[in-house]
Amino acid sequence: MAEPSTTLSPAPPAEAPAGRRAGIGDALRALELDTRMVGMIGALAIVWIGFDILTGGAFLTPRNLWNLSVQTASVGVMATGMVLVIVTRNIDLSVGSILGFTGMVVGVLQARFLPEIWGFDNPLTWVMAVLAAVAVGGAVGAVQGAIIAYLGVSSFIVTLGGLLVWRGAAWWVTTGQTVAPMDGLFKRLGGGFEGAIGAGPSWAVGIAAVLLSVAAILVTRRRRAGFGFPVRPLWAEGVVILLVAAAIVGAVLVVNSYPLPVPVVRRMMEAQGLSTDGGLPFVAHGFAIPVLIALAVGVGMTFLSRRTRFGRYVFAIGGNPEAAELSGINTRRVMVMVFGLMGALCGLSACIATARLNAATNANGTLDELYVIAAAIIGGTSMAGGVGTILGAMLGAMVMQSLQSGMVLLGVDAPMQNIVVGLVLVAAVYVDTLYRRGLK
Amino acid sequence: MTALATAVPQTASTPLVEMRDVSIAFGGIKAVDGVSIDLYPGEVVGLLGHNGAGKSTLIKILSGAYAADHGEIRVNGEPVHITSPRDAKRCGIETIYQTLALADNVDAAANIFLGREKLTAWGTLDDHAMEAEARKVMGRLNPHFRRFKEPVKALSGGQRQSVAIARAIHFDARVLIMDEPTAALGPAETRQVGELVKQLKQEGIGIFLISHDIHDVFDLADRIHVMKNGKLVGTARVADVTQDEVLGMIILGKCPPGAVPGPGATA
Repeated sequence: MAEPSTTLSPAPPAEAPAGRRAGIGDALRALELDTRMVGMIGALAIVWIGFDILTGGAFLTPRNLWNLSVQTASVGVMATGMVLVIVTRNIDLSVGSILGFTGMVVGVLQARFLPEIWGFDNPLTWVMAVLAAVAVGGAVGAVQGAIIAYLGVSSFIVTLGGLLVWRGAAWWVTTGQTVAPMDGLFKRLGGGFEGAIGAGPSWAVGIAAVLLSVAAILVTRRRRAGFGFPVRPLWAEGVVILLVAAAIVGAVLVVNSYPLPVPVVRRMMEAQGLSTDGGLPFVAHGFAIPVLIALAVGVGMTFLSRRTRFGRYVFAIGGNPEAAELSGINTRRVMVMVFGLMGALCGLSACIATARLNAATNANGTLDELYVIAAAIIGGTSMAGGVGTILGAMLGAMVMQSLQSGMVLLGVDAPMQNIVVGLVLVAAVYVDTLYRRGLK
Repeated sequence: MTALATAVPQTASTPLVEMRDVSIAFGGIKAVDGVSIDLYPGEVVGLLGHNGAGKSTLIKILSGAYAADHGEIRVNGEPVHITSPRDAKRCGIETIYQTLALADNVDAAANIFLGREKLTAWGTLDDHAMEAEARKVMGRLNPHFRRFKEPVKALSGGQRQSVAIARAIHFDARVLIMDEPTAALGPAETRQVGELVKQLKQEGIGIFLISHDIHDVFDLADRIHVMKNGKLVGTARVADVTQDEVLGMIILGKCPPGAVPGPGATA
C-alpha cells in the first residue's frame, strides 16, 4: 500500500525541521496554534474594541468586563455540553426548560423543604441544592437520551417535546409561584459582591492556573520527546507559555481592579470594628464564583472530550456513526451519557441563574436553548457533526454576551438587539463555511 | 457439511471458522439462506457472487454487524455467539469493510485504536503510546506515511486503506475479512494488497476475500465459495476449476464437475 512518493502531500508542520525560521508563516506554524481559535479571539477583540470606541470607553472597564464574565457563566456552562451533543449529530432544544425546571426544584428544596429540616442558612443547604440540581438535570437528560438512543426518536423531536414538557413541569412545581429568597450561601453561586472571592484568593487561583498550564505543556513535551516524536522548538514553547500566563494574569488584574461599592466596604469595616474615619481602602471584587465554576467546567469538559475514552467515542460517533458501531463502541450508551451530561450541566447552570436572580421563577432560562446552541455554533461546532471544541463554545458564549452588553451600553432597543444577534449567528456560520472550504 | 469436508482435504483438521446453515432475512426477503462456509488456518478463501448475492451480508454476520436469524458459527471448532462487532473481535475476527469504516474526523492512531484505546495509569487516553504503535504498524504497511496528526479525511484513498488494514491486523487477528479490498485502488496499490495477503497467509491467518473481480480471486485464493440469490452455489479449489466455469457458477448458478454443489446450485 506504499503511497507513491509523488502523491505525498508536504509533511505537516510538526514534522518540519525545527529551527528553520524563514518567515512569519513558519514561525506561526511552529507555534502550532489553532488558526480557528486565533480567529475567534481576534473576532472577540474586534467586538470589544469596537464597542469600547462606540461607547466612549465604557466597555473595556473592569466593571463591565466583570459583569460580562458573570453574565456569560450560565450559558457558557451549558454550551460546553451542547458541543458534545452537536458533535454527535444531535441537538438539544430543551436546555432552557430543563434549567427552568431544575431551578424551581432547587428553589423549593432550599427555601421551603430543607429549612423545615435544619433551619435557615445551614451550611449544608447549598451543597444539597447543587447536588439535587445536577442529579435532577442529569436524570432528565438521560431519560431524553435513552428515548433518542434506544427508541430511535430523533433528538430534534424528543428535545422539542422536552422544551414544552419541562417548562410545563417548572410551572407545576409551585403552580407558577416565584420562590424567593434563596439560601444565603447558595446566593454566592450567582456572583454579586458576596459571590466574589477577593483579591488575594484571585491571585492564588491565577498563579495555580499558570503553574498547572506550564506543567501540562512541559509534561506533554517530555512525553512526546520520550517517544522520539517531533516537538515544538523551545522558543515556540516559551511563547505559548508566555501567552497563556499573560492571559491568566491579565484576567486577575482586571477582576482585581474592580472595587466593591463604598457602602459595602464601609459595612465590612464596621462589622470588623475598624474605624472608617481615615477614608476607605480599595477592596477588589476578584473573580466571581459563577465564573470560576464556568472555568472549572470548561477545563473539566475539555479534559473529558480530549483525554478520555468517552470523549474519543463522542467524536468518533460524530465523524462516522456506522464506523463507531462497527469498532465495537456501544454508541447508544454513549448517546445516553452525552444527553445526561447535558442535563447535569443545565442543573448546574440552573443554580447559577437562580442564585443570580435570588429567586426561582418558572420562566428562568426561557430562550436559553437558542443562546446555548448559537454559542456552540459561533464557537466552531459543526452542525454536520464530528467537529467542535469546548473552548470555542465558551468563547462563542462570550461573543454573544459581549454583543448584547455592548448594545445595552449603546442604548440599542431590545428588538434591534435580537436582530443583530440573529444576523451575527448566520454570518458567523457563513464565515466558518468559507474557512472550512478554504482548508480543502 | 460432510460433502464439503471431503472436498477440501486439509492438513489442519479443524477449520478456523465454520458458518453452518446460516440464514438472515430482512423484511421477508432471505438475504442469506442456509449457507455453510469454512476457512482453515493460512488459507485464503474467495467469496464470489453478483451484487446482491448475499456475500456482504453473510460476512457482516461473521463480523458481528448483523445477528443471524438461524445457524451456527464455530471458531476453532467451538460454537461461539457473535451478536456485536465486539464479540467478533474477541474471537480474533477482524474486518476491513468496503467503506473502510473510518471515523473521518480523527487521526490515524485514533482510528487504529478505536474501541480498544490504550490508557495511561490514570485511565486517560495514552495518545502518545497509541501514536508510537500506529507509527510502527503503518511503517510496515506504508513506509512513506507521515501524516499522523491529520484527520483521516485529509488522506488519499490508498493511505486511508492502509489505516483500515492497520486497524485490522494490529490486534493479532486470526481471521481477516476483506470486503472488496482493491475496489478503490490503482494497479500499484492493488499489487501491494496482494503482497500483504500472501504475507498474512504465511503467518497462519485465515482470510475471507470478498470480491466480484474474478482475476483477483484466482490470483490470491486457495478456494472459492460462490453465492447467488442468498444461497451457496458451490465450493471449489481454485486449481480444480477454470475462470469460465466459475463465471458460470456466478451467473447461472451452474456447478461444474470440479466443484462441490451447494443448495443454490441449479440442477
